[in-house]
Amino acid sequence: MQNNKNIFTASNCTCEFGSGKKIVRAVDNVTFEIKDEEIVSLVGGSGCGKSVLAKIMLGLHHPTSGTFLYNGNPITNTKIHWREVQAVFQDPFSCFNQFFTIRSQLKAAFGIMKDKPSTKEMEDRVDQALLAVNIKPPEIEGKYPFELSGGQMQRMLLARIFILRPKVLIADEPTSMVDACVRANILDYLMKLKEELKMTIVFITHDIGLAYYVSDRLFIMHKGKIVEQGSPDEVTSSPKSEHTIQLLDDIPEIHRDWIVRSPSAKLAHPAV
Amino acid sequence: MKILKNLLKSPMFVTGLVLFLATIILALIGPYVHTITMERVGPQYAPPAAQYLLGTDDLGRDYVSLLIRGLRSSLYVGFLAGIIATTVGTLLGIYGGFKGGWIDDLINMITNLFIVIPSFVILILISSSLKDGRSLTLIGLIIGMTTWTWSARAVRAQSAALKSKDHISLAKINGDGTLAVIVKHILPYLASYVFMVFILQVASGILSEAAISMIGLGPLDTVSLGTILNQAKNNGALGDGVWWAFIPSTVIITVIVFALYLINTSAEGAFNPRLRK
Repeated sequence: MQNNKNIFTASNCTCEFGSGKKIVRAVDNVTFEIKDEEIVSLVGGSGCGKSVLAKIMLGLHHPTSGTFLYNGNPITNTKIHWREVQAVFQDPFSCFNQFFTIRSQLKAAFGIMKDKPSTKEMEDRVDQALLAVNIKPPEIEGKYPFELSGGQMQRMLLARIFILRPKVLIADEPTSMVDACVRANILDYLMKLKEELKMTIVFITHDIGLAYYVSDRLFIMHKGKIVEQGSPDEVTSSPKSEHTIQLLDDIPEIHRDWIVRSPSAKLAHPAV
Repeated sequence: MKILKNLLKSPMFVTGLVLFLATIILALIGPYVHTITMERVGPQYAPPAAQYLLGTDDLGRDYVSLLIRGLRSSLYVGFLAGIIATTVGTLLGIYGGFKGGWIDDLINMITNLFIVIPSFVILILISSSLKDGRSLTLIGLIIGMTTWTWSARAVRAQSAALKSKDHISLAKINGDGTLAVIVKHILPYLASYVFMVFILQVASGILSEAAISMIGLGPLDTVSLGTILNQAKNNGALGDGVWWAFIPSTVIITVIVFALYLINTSAEGAFNPRLRK
């Protein structure tokens, strides 16, 4: 059950890079709140500033002006912050160090914990997390990141979250590098995490269709600004911003003929 | 072990390693199989014969003794310069590239300053100003301290490119500090570069010492392959057809540098885990 506690509060938050004439305003004067146990999607095209905003939430970037608060306080001690706020990144292959085994890197996640469990408990928790994402521990034993498939790697990132059990998860396009079947799986795991851990999830995507299904609220971003926010139904049924309309127009529609010709349709309706 | 196994599969690496080890073995066990003497053993410029395998120099000293001594000095100076240049360059390059901002700007400025001042000119100026006490170690130190810029440049660009990768962000949110991130998540990716830079720095150290000694500004306390060449040049050995005065030392320098370049070129495939078979 959602409560009204604000997890993130941004007021006139701006983040700029570079200096002089080469200044780039990645996040431009955004104001929003994200409540406890909410799933909020940041939706926008490439370069709209959603990943930078995600890094501000993680404390990896800091706003150049305005304020950004977590639980009512600015993010000063990042180590404490990362015990509660964790992330899944877009490209699972670039997320893991190629020189260490997957298992050792999953165990490295315990590094952020205040009270590290014993080695035995660490191993058990890694095994449980792997099983939670449907991977049998021997499957990855002694394997390096480049020896696994994209779908397996993306599940490794989620296994890391099962190990850490954070309060907030920033999911930065976790499904953009995987095929449609794996995408459905990843979304299932995210929902499982949400159910089990009562997490707040910030879901970052360019796919408004996907965001519609998973979110409690949508933030539409364009050129660093949040141009529209509201419930998925509000945003999709009566979009106010032209950028939202553009995003909605870009959702591919499956042609009626394809549905009729598809093997499953033929099975369901042999007469067709 | 895996890296070594892969390296040993490359004929280029094996050739380079065998040649390089041969020079090291010659330098290490040479004094045990051949009596090294700096005393006069025969007439001036005696040609190679059973008694003196590679002839004698203008002072009647045995060239085999001189070459073994010289080889030891050249390898010492090469490794000393290589270690200094690689360590200083790698540390500054990685730190600057990773940290960015004003620290990177400052390190970049210093690197550029050293790059635009020709290091060989500095080497000549420092060497010629030190009339007394110009030792082999000092020459190695000067070479190392004037050539680290290459390493810094090569490593900085790589480090700056790596710092924005997701695995660095993940390491940070795993709680790794700057040192742990650099050691565990940046250095392994740069190991091949650092190794290759080191090999090239050793080769360039040996060449620089030979060049500076050749023009008469080499170490005063010992014999090096460069000082042998300098002596041959000063005594007009080249014009007199005394080939044994300069060809053996030139061949040794060429073999060491060639071997190091072979090792350097073959290293990439072994260090990159994606290229491993």
